[in-house]
Order: sequence, then C-alpha cells, then structure tokens
Amino acid sequence: MAAMVTRPFFWIITLVVAAFILFPALGDDVQLRESLALATIYITLASSLNLMLGYAGYINFGSIVFFGLGGYICVWLVDAHHWPLLASLLAAGIGVGALAFIFGLGILRLRGPFFALSTIGIVEGVQAFVQNFEPWGGSAGIYISPEVFTPLGGPGRALWVIYFGLVATMGLSLYLSYGIKISKFGLGLLAIGQNEDAAAILGVPTPRYKAYVYSASAVLPAVAGGLYFFKSAFIQPSDAFDLSLSTEALVVAMLGGQGTVTGVAIGAYLYEELRGYLLVSGTFSHFQLVISGVLLLLIVLFFPSGLMGFIYSRFPRTQKVLE
Amino acid sequence: MLGIIASIIDGVLVGLVYGLSAMGLTLIWGVMDVINLTHGTMIVGGMFALYFLATGLGVPPYLALLPVLVGGFLAGVALYWLAVHRMVGRPPLMSLLSTFAVNLVLIGIGTGVWGTALFNVAVSLPGVSLGRYTFPGAHILAAVLAAVIAASLYLFLHRTRLGKAVRAVANNREAAELVGIPTTRVLAVTVGCGVALAGVSGLLIGTLFPFTVLSGDGYQLKGFVVTVLGGFGNPVGALLGGVALGLLEGAVTPFVPVSWTLVIEFALFVLVLIAFPGGIFASRRGAL
Repeated sequence: MAAMVTRPFFWIITLVVAAFILFPALGDDVQLRESLALATIYITLASSLNLMLGYAGYINFGSIVFFGLGGYICVWLVDAHHWPLLASLLAAGIGVGALAFIFGLGILRLRGPFFALSTIGIVEGVQAFVQNFEPWGGSAGIYISPEVFTPLGGPGRALWVIYFGLVATMGLSLYLSYGIKISKFGLGLLAIGQNEDAAAILGVPTPRYKAYVYSASAVLPAVAGGLYFFKSAFIQPSDAFDLSLSTEALVVAMLGGQGTVTGVAIGAYLYEELRGYLLVSGTFSHFQLVISGVLLLLIVLFFPSGLMGFIYSRFPRTQKVLE
Repeated sequence: MLGIIASIIDGVLVGLVYGLSAMGLTLIWGVMDVINLTHGTMIVGGMFALYFLATGLGVPPYLALLPVLVGGFLAGVALYWLAVHRMVGRPPLMSLLSTFAVNLVLIGIGTGVWGTALFNVAVSLPGVSLGRYTFPGAHILAAVLAAVIAASLYLFLHRTRLGKAVRAVANNREAAELVGIPTTRVLAVTVGCGVALAGVSGLLIGTLFPFTVLSGDGYQLKGFVVTVLGGFGNPVGALLGGVALGLLEGAVTPFVPVSWTLVIEFALFVLVLIAFPGGIFASRRGAL
C-alpha cells in the first residue's frame, strides 16, 4: 500500500473516483448519476474479471454468480433479518469471497479451457440452487419494502448513499487491480498466465494463488450486486444471474485491453455510453446481446490486446504511467 | 423396482441422443483443439428447423433430418470461416472467446425474434409396452436413428478418403499438410460435420422434449459431461459417454427434482476432471 501511494497511477485512480463523486453531486444531476452508477458497476465487474482473465489468463464465464449471490445475501439480510445496509454488504462480500475460495480450491485444479467450461456449470448450479431455495423466495425472488430506505434518510437520499457506495466499490476494485498488479502476488499471477507449468517450477504456489485471485475477484462484484439489488428493492433469479451482464464484463475487459487497469476502466465507460446510446435508439434495444457478440468477435479476431494495446503501440511512453 | 428399471432404460434411449450430440462437440475438439461454444445453439437450431419444417411446411419430422444435416453442415463451414479459422493453433482460450461471441449473436437474434416462448413438436408413434410400462415410440426411434448416424460417422472417418484425412489432421496437422492433405479444407469439413451432428441431435431431442431458444445451454453442458466421460476427440467414446449419462439420469430422475439433474451432472463433470485431469481416456487422445 505504501509503495502504491508514491506512484502517479495511484493518484490518477483517486482523481477518477473524485470526479465520479463530484460531478453528479455538485450539479445535483440525477440523470448523470444514474448513468455513472451503471458505469461504476461495469468497471467493478470488469476489473474484477480482469484479475482472472488479464492477470492469470483464466476465462470466467460465470462472474455474474458473484454479483447475483452478493445481491441475494444483502437483500435477504436487510429484508428478513433487518440488518443495516453496511453490515449486509460486508456480509455479502465476505460470504461470497469465502464461497468463491472454496469453489476455487475445487474447480481451479482444472486448467485453461476446462476451468472456463466449469464456470458455465457454476452458473447453472447456483441458479438451480437459488431457484429451489425457499428462504430466498425460490423463483419468485424477494421484494423489500420501501421502509428499509428510512434509516438512510428516505428514498431520495438513499439513492445518493447507494451511488456513493457504488463509487467506493469501483474505487476499491481499481486500487485492488493496481495493488495486485504491482505486488509479488500479481507477478506470480502474470507468470501463471504466461506458462503455468513454468511458474510452478519456479516456485509460484499456483493452486493457492489461483484460489486467492478467484476469491479476490468475487468480493467486490458481490458488494456491487448487494448495492444494485438493494437499490431496485427486488431480486429474482433471472435478474440476479442474467447472462448478459457477465458477458458484457468479458466484452468490456477485452475491449479495453485485458491485463491493464486503465484499459478496463475506459472500456467499461465507453461500453456503458455506447449501450446507453443503443438502448435509446429503439431498433437495437432488443439486440443488445447481438451487439456485445459482434463487438467481442471483432476484438478477438482483430484487436486481441484491446484499446490499451493500440495506445501502447502508438504512444510507447504511456506504458510508464498508465498501468 | 420395475419403475426404476424402466426409467433407466428410457434414460439409455435418450442418452444415445446425447451421445450423438456430444460426438459433434468432441469431433471438433479432437481435431483442432477448439471448443465450440455455439454447440448448444446449433442444437437449438436443429430443434427450430424441425419445428418450422414439421408444423410450418408439414414435412414428416424424421424426413427433416436430411435438410437439417445439409443446413447444419453449411452453418458449420460458415462458422469455421467466421470464427475458427484464425484461431486454429492459437491459445484455446481465444477460440473459446470467438465461438462464445458468435453464440451471443445467435442467442441474441433468437431471443429477439422468438423470445423465450416454449415450442413443442408433437410426434405420435406407437410405443412398446413392457409390463405396466410403455416406452414412447419417439424415444426408441430417436435412439435407433442416433445409433445409425453415429455408425455412419464412424464409417465416414474410417472408410472414406476424406474421413481418413480428418483423422490424419487430428493426429498431426503439420505432417498431414506435408503429405499433401488440404488441411484448411479438412478443418472446415470437420466443423461442418460437428455442427451438422449438433443439428440432427437437436432435431431428435426436439421430437422428445419441448424447447425454447435458450434450451441449448443445458444440452451443451451435457455435451461437455459426455465428452469428459467418453474422452476428448473420441466419437465412439462420446456415444458410450452419452449412454452412461443417460443411465445416470434415468437412475436419478425418480428421486431428485428435475432442476437438480444438471447440477448433479456438472458436479460429475468437475469430479471426473479432477480425478482424471485431461479426461478418463487421456491416453487415447488422437484415437479418432
């Protein structure tokens, strides 16, 4: 942490977070806030996914599981047990992180493509569990009454509180991505991504590192999910485990440049803007998956290193500042 | 007791169809190390082709096999040139992403046009009775057809010149290229065959169960389980793996709610992979 503070990139992240807080708050601009709130979720999901995809080279098709489970745990604690929001969010983050660690110890024994396939299975498994789990309302889901917003100062103020929570989560995810990247742990992950056998021979404790990073990639999406579903005051399996969000996180990470912190954040922001534009245009609103798919295919075929790859090759000096 | 046996027999019949579907997956996997994530959607493509041919144009369901086979082959060749060709020889993760992307496009179009409504093709065939239990004729015919198609794939791979070329490319692409086999064309044919198999198995499944645009995910997951059980790149093993999965499903169905069967199968997938990293029949790799 101390080493991080002295680097310029740390302050770039801090500036971005400050901008996310100040711009909507100063103008009391609700529309800007809602659009930025979505961007914070994309950035959180994509940065967390990037820990797996960009650093360790493991594709996780099921990152949405963390988001959905976090949402469920948080909404359930607030609704059925009347926990305060902050405690519920912490419980969601810690609970999902621990669960991911346990899952991770199992499925991370699988290498490369097999791991990717098993993450698809995780989505199916968790969804089947939630649909049959009565305390969470089965397939009907959970509604929470508007009263839960009272401790936060009523619905109007609660939305601001939730937004600041989302920005904080986004900030943490960016610091975490950067912190891991410049640490010994991150170096180990990058080595795994390059060649797992060689990394193991050189003394990187690969199974442990992979389980750690899988768990680390679960915590903040879980918190973001908690905030998101608390905000909508309603959660059901089809929303919580919506395939499109985890594929969008993949698209975003690839668009910006896997393995980079800046790229993923910029990719998330760009994608959010593009999506907002397309949703408004009517014709495209039904074909969101098609657009994600075409975008992903084009990136994979022609620009596998994404936006940052392009920027690095055009302006090599940026590599020193932008991680 | 008799009920369980009947359930198991029915499971085996359906399992043969799963095996056929997994053959398409494992063929592509074994020949070029590409995992085709559009597999599930291609299965759904077969189902929808059945629906429109049978209820729209009045074609007898089993006669629709032929157009689906041809259409699936063409779709597969298109898929090869679109998403696979540039990925062959690159890290397998890239082809996972590219086929995943194509799948998104197909799913997006499917849900945009048809939503997630349930479709059903009624096939009425006389069943075979065994004591108190009757096995639906559609299940029996589907199993027989699956076995016949699987056998013809085997003959194609082992008796024809093109099939032998496919096996040669699976064995060693550079060497195959050196002895004058047009590897690119062979790879395209392989993906075509794989997708055609997905299509016909989808058609057969469509005669058994109702389906939606999104049904493919579950069948694709079954395909992975079967592939792992039967060994990668081993079409005959895939058929056996399918039967094994059908057995398991038949044995489990009377006791467990339907929505859990996928979870059990997935747990099996992970356990088999952990116990036998690289697959049960790892040593037979390239046994195509």
